[in-house]
Amino acid sequence: MMSTVNGVGNPSSKDDSSPEKKVSEFNEELSLAGANVHTKVGMIFFLTKRYPLGFLGLFLVFVFIFVALFAPYLTTHDPLTTNPSISLAAPSMGHPMGADFMGRDLFSRVIFGARTSLAVAFGATILGVFFGVLIGLASGYLGGWVDLVLQRLIDILQSLPTLILAMAMAAALGPSLFNTIIAIAIPKFPSIARVIRSSTLSLREMPFIEAARAMGMSDLRIVFRHIFPNTLAPLIVLATAGLGSAILVEASLSFLGLGVPEPHPSWGRMLSESASEYVRTAPWLVLFPGAAITVAVFGANLLGDALRDIFDPRQRTAN
Amino acid sequence: MAIYLLRRIFLLFVTILGVSIIIFALMRVVPGNIADVLFESSGYIDQVQKAKIEAELGLDKPLIQQYLSWLGHLLTGDFGFSYMSERPAIDEILPRLPVTFKLAALTLFFTIIFGIPLGVWSAVKQNGLVDNALRVVTLSALSLPSFWCGLLVLMFSVHVFGVIPIYSNEPRSIFHELFLLSIPALVVGFRSSALIVRLTRSSMLEVLRQDYIRTARAKGVSESTIHYRHALKNAILPIITLLGIEASHLMGGLVVIETVFNIPGLGRYLVEAIRWRDYPIVQNIVLFSACAVVMTNFIVDMLYAVIDPRIKYVD
Repeated sequence: MMSTVNGVGNPSSKDDSSPEKKVSEFNEELSLAGANVHTKVGMIFFLTKRYPLGFLGLFLVFVFIFVALFAPYLTTHDPLTTNPSISLAAPSMGHPMGADFMGRDLFSRVIFGARTSLAVAFGATILGVFFGVLIGLASGYLGGWVDLVLQRLIDILQSLPTLILAMAMAAALGPSLFNTIIAIAIPKFPSIARVIRSSTLSLREMPFIEAARAMGMSDLRIVFRHIFPNTLAPLIVLATAGLGSAILVEASLSFLGLGVPEPHPSWGRMLSESASEYVRTAPWLVLFPGAAITVAVFGANLLGDALRDIFDPRQRTAN
Repeated sequence: MAIYLLRRIFLLFVTILGVSIIIFALMRVVPGNIADVLFESSGYIDQVQKAKIEAELGLDKPLIQQYLSWLGHLLTGDFGFSYMSERPAIDEILPRLPVTFKLAALTLFFTIIFGIPLGVWSAVKQNGLVDNALRVVTLSALSLPSFWCGLLVLMFSVHVFGVIPIYSNEPRSIFHELFLLSIPALVVGFRSSALIVRLTRSSMLEVLRQDYIRTARAKGVSESTIHYRHALKNAILPIITLLGIEASHLMGGLVVIETVFNIPGLGRYLVEAIRWRDYPIVQNIVLFSACAVVMTNFIVDMLYAVIDPRIKYVD
């Protein structure tokens, strides 16, 4: 709690965790709990038993990726072909989720929607992690005025609600798939940068870094070969947890008409097209795309939760 | 303490100034301005007319000058003109403020009255039926997009009650208004109370393990007193932090829910303004929500010192 005392206490920086637990220590703890840590299969078996919900999450995320990759083989119709004769058709054998106003097969649209969602969620997460890591490392390792300036920038970005900032970015950049990715990545990187920075700050003082410096290693090499790998555990947790929120923000943006533009089928936009009036007349247009978003986010959240349990010992004792 | 406070207030202004620069820059990166939007709808572009409109709105001046004049006007209480309605922006924003504010207050209210007691309950019955049920419910709440949840509620009420409980401009009475606002507030509050439940649970579990809780039990203090007076009091700090974050970021959730429930508040107006590239409105609403975040953060930090006497802000 004392971290709020010095400097600009931003209450959101609650995730300033110390560097993660060493792998060997973690393995030791696992074997105490009865895991056969020497074989991969034993390890996987143990983890499945210990974190069943996490494995459900992993499974759902895999399904999500599978559906997105193999969308053309899973669908019977083209998601973009319109057919006025089946406008607003109810679910049937030929169209298991019915058809939208323009007579497009909803099932195919939902399946192809996974592609858009996956592209945006992974794209935004990767981009957010990339900038977050660079800025966090620079801020923590260099310190001084670089740190001061970068921290102010982060303060500024964090003082805008995620969706509001994403909306403003999306509006400024104009509608396109790539711009949506950027619009979601920008509000994402400050929190990652904060965590990486605090890890870097404590790692910087460690003897092995001092040794590396004494050997005359360049700063770049120290940062990327010695500091960065030690920040990976919290990074993986953050990135996975961020995946779910990226899917949600994309859906919200598209719902508001500021996200991924036509012709990409997007779950969020399907709901905005079908919104309030179809609640009465064609509920399937509301049900299925929303369910798709929920399941995808649910999977990512479950996985993120389990990873947090595994990697963050402080949280684990609390559970 | 005084110096710390001054530093905080100084940084507060720096942050808001920074936000204003970023918002201004963003709004100017937008391809095309209001003049283009106006001509887009009519189908052709009259260069002379366009230049005239731009001059009228001050869009032909250098960016720095535009920025400084926006800031200068803000400081004197002049929020500029809305391009959409050609009325002073303040006249557009102010009437929309109360309904958004009521919605935010209700949401926060639901977040607290559901989040904290359920979190305590979950912690007390750790790994019991209630705890596991709540874990599933909260995890699904965090995965449910609020706009879909809102649409489901609408759908449910249409098919069961035959009416859509959508906010109308003139609710029949204060209770009717409260009822109509409670539905969207519950939808948004569902997510934030799920966050609070989870945090309250883990924060409580940490405290319940402390020695003084065992001492309290040993001397025969009743369980409910232990939970609410001894444990919760010591577990409350992180909860207040999260409540502060949730409160300050409410605007994001309200934008979506106001659109779903057709509530004439600030959030829905922001979406419209963005579509119309109505800079003065977008700039001012976004800056307003940034100010709300910064102020809430500040208040929460000050609250720490009030709530927990162990925390002292030293210079």
